[in-house]
Amino acid sequence: MNINRRGFFKVMGAAGATAMTPAAGARAWESAAPPDAFGCLVDLTRCIGCRKCEEACNRVNGLPAPEISFDDPTVLDTRRRPHEKSYTVVNRYFPGTLDTHDQLVPTFVKLQCMHCQDPACASACIVGALTKKENGSVYYDVGKCIGCRYCMVACPFEIPAYEYHDPVTPRVMKCTFCFERISKENGLPGCAQICPVEAITFGRRDTVMALAKQRLKDNPGKYVNHIYGEKEVGGTSWIYISSEPFEDLGFPSLPDRPTPKLAETIQHGLFSYLWSPILLFGVLGGIMRRNEKKNVHGKDKEARHDA
Amino acid sequence: MTHNPRPVNKKFWTPGVYVMLAFMAAGAVAVIARFTGGIGYVSNLSTARPWGLWVGVDVATGVALAAGGFTTAALAHIFGRHAYEPVTRPALLTAVLGYTFVVLGLMVDIGRSWAIWKPMFNWNPNSVLFEVAMCVMFYLNVLYIEFLPIVAEQFKNSVRLPGTLALLNRPLEFLLQFADRLLDKFMWIFIIAGVVLSCMHQSSLGSLMLIAPTKIHPLWYTPILPLLFLTSAFSVGYPMVVFETTLATTSMGLADEMEILTPLIRITIFTLGTYMALKLGDMMVRGTWVYLLDGTYQTNAFLIEIILGVIVPWCMLLSLRVRQSRSLLFTACSLIVGGVALNRINVFIVAYSPPVSHSNYFPAPGEFLVTAGLIATLMFIYRFVVTFLPVLSGSREVSV
Ligand code: SF4
Ligand code: SF4
Ligand code: SF4
Repeated sequence: MNINRRGFFKVMGAAGATAMTPAAGARAWESAAPPDAFGCLVDLTRCIGCRKCEEACNRVNGLPAPEISFDDPTVLDTRRRPHEKSYTVVNRYFPGTLDTHDQLVPTFVKLQCMHCQDPACASACIVGALTKKENGSVYYDVGKCIGCRYCMVACPFEIPAYEYHDPVTPRVMKCTFCFERISKENGLPGCAQICPVEAITFGRRDTVMALAKQRLKDNPGKYVNHIYGEKEVGGTSWIYISSEPFEDLGFPSLPDRPTPKLAETIQHGLFSYLWSPILLFGVLGGIMRRNEKKNVHGKDKEARHDA
Repeated sequence: MTHNPRPVNKKFWTPGVYVMLAFMAAGAVAVIARFTGGIGYVSNLSTARPWGLWVGVDVATGVALAAGGFTTAALAHIFGRHAYEPVTRPALLTAVLGYTFVVLGLMVDIGRSWAIWKPMFNWNPNSVLFEVAMCVMFYLNVLYIEFLPIVAEQFKNSVRLPGTLALLNRPLEFLLQFADRLLDKFMWIFIIAGVVLSCMHQSSLGSLMLIAPTKIHPLWYTPILPLLFLTSAFSVGYPMVVFETTLATTSMGLADEMEILTPLIRITIFTLGTYMALKLGDMMVRGTWVYLLDGTYQTNAFLIEIILGVIVPWCMLLSLRVRQSRSLLFTACSLIVGGVALNRINVFIVAYSPPVSHSNYFPAPGEFLVTAGLIATLMFIYRFVVTFLPVLSGSREVSV
């Protein structure tokens, strides 16, 4: 094998043209959150644990019938997680507060996909099957999915579930934010519509954020001073307010930095316009050519060395 | 080239080969179970633990241990150290097989194996996994192209298909000759491309876990993970060559090649030293040494990885006596190979603990069977290929 001079410069010329505009492409990382995303405010002080939202979610998404009926409140005390057959679950916590009769006061926590503003799952997805839509929903397109489950590795809330028992066409399963329903005029997510105590308020994310702040302001002492999802992982479309500290209710403490930021910054810094691979190719090509030339001149030495 | 690779003229059906066949059969059963009952039927993977043994070993470790391919190619062909050419062919074969099995392992692991081609048409440039997949795909093709001349060398001037197929003899012969000559002219492009693609995806495999800052133990989670993966891939390349050359030459009764391995491994002192400095320095800078003595299984796995897998073998390699002794060199290199393998397993499995559900994971028997089956098949094919193609330096064969 030999590397001929003309061939080398031809290849490098073509590559160099692309590489001339290198690091300029590595712009600073920017959030891609849609400007008027919808959101939901969950007020945990209102939730009564009726599991009506679980039932409505099951119905509007056509999910399989549950093993334990939605009327059965006994499941509330197991620490359930959303799974491939239910996009949302409600759990009961007793963080320690007592009522006037010295009884522990329960707090009910509804869990579902948070529809992050800069979703880690969507950044990770190898084929872009998960995308943050303009209306705020993090949407799953099963037609692209290859089932690598990197989205599940990435999600800081451990939300996406998988149909592990389907051998050929398993899907990633998670709350859809009722994408089709909320895309229609005045459409509501199934869970928000059914809730009998208005624990779930649907609206523009800005609007429900303002509402959350208003409630904190209007009821001094009632809520902890924290809107969960306002800043966590750069903000989420679903936000929570509560009278109990979120750490006691199973919410993970998460950094404010958007989860995809570090990995995306490194990736784009190194590979925008493929500048680093092209540069490396050029350098290695140069080294190779120099050594080829040296070898032609120093054939005898080489032969002696090899013998 | 003055070395003279030849097919190994040895009996193929040895007891070792039968053991491989047994593992292959068991693995096949597990693979059939996976494709009839689903991933959940044979594995312990869950919502919180979506990646396990298959990604950690079959894919991540597989890619790392195939690093001998690009590191020897760079040395012999790009840096012009032709004295090392005898080891490039076996290393290339290991890489060809290693990457083929990475893809086979992926086929078992991904839920929709039939959709594996989709990333070619649905790009997500934000996704580290997308970049890794593209590089692995291109690199696999480059590897096959690099391997083609070895096939051509064995069969050109000797294409003799039986019966009616004999009609194809001439066209095939022509094709082989043509490919051989054409490739010779352009091979330099593929050789450099192979090294570039390797650097890209070896490092990006480390970036994969940067998307999960809350799940990876701080001893491993660092922004320089890609750099650590790249330098450890550089470090493991030549030790892997020593490891497999020693195994192959021992089991097939060939000469030990020490006159090449001893000088080759000197380079590893530098690469492994760099990796060690980066890894220890990173621990100091981020102050993660505070975890070192907390006695958890994660910390212990880290200590084994860094002490037995990096520091001890690095110190061993400093000694000329070790580098010249076949058994000591083999020991040191095995430690390095084990250390890098453990690093990949640590990053992808041990370091991973989901903070919300605290879900534990230990691989199911089915997962072990699939992995063992894949490794056995790889070894079987290696054995088959070196028996019938000019890969190992047959001229050095000794009688036993
Ligand atoms: S909660 Fe998880 S699945 Fe939902 S958008 Fe955020 S990262 Fe994606
Ligand atoms: S499992 Fe599907 S949705 Fe999730 S990252 Fe992989 S391809 Fe994307
Ligand atoms: S938004 Fe729709 S999919 Fe999500 S939990 Fe509510 S009902 Fe279920």
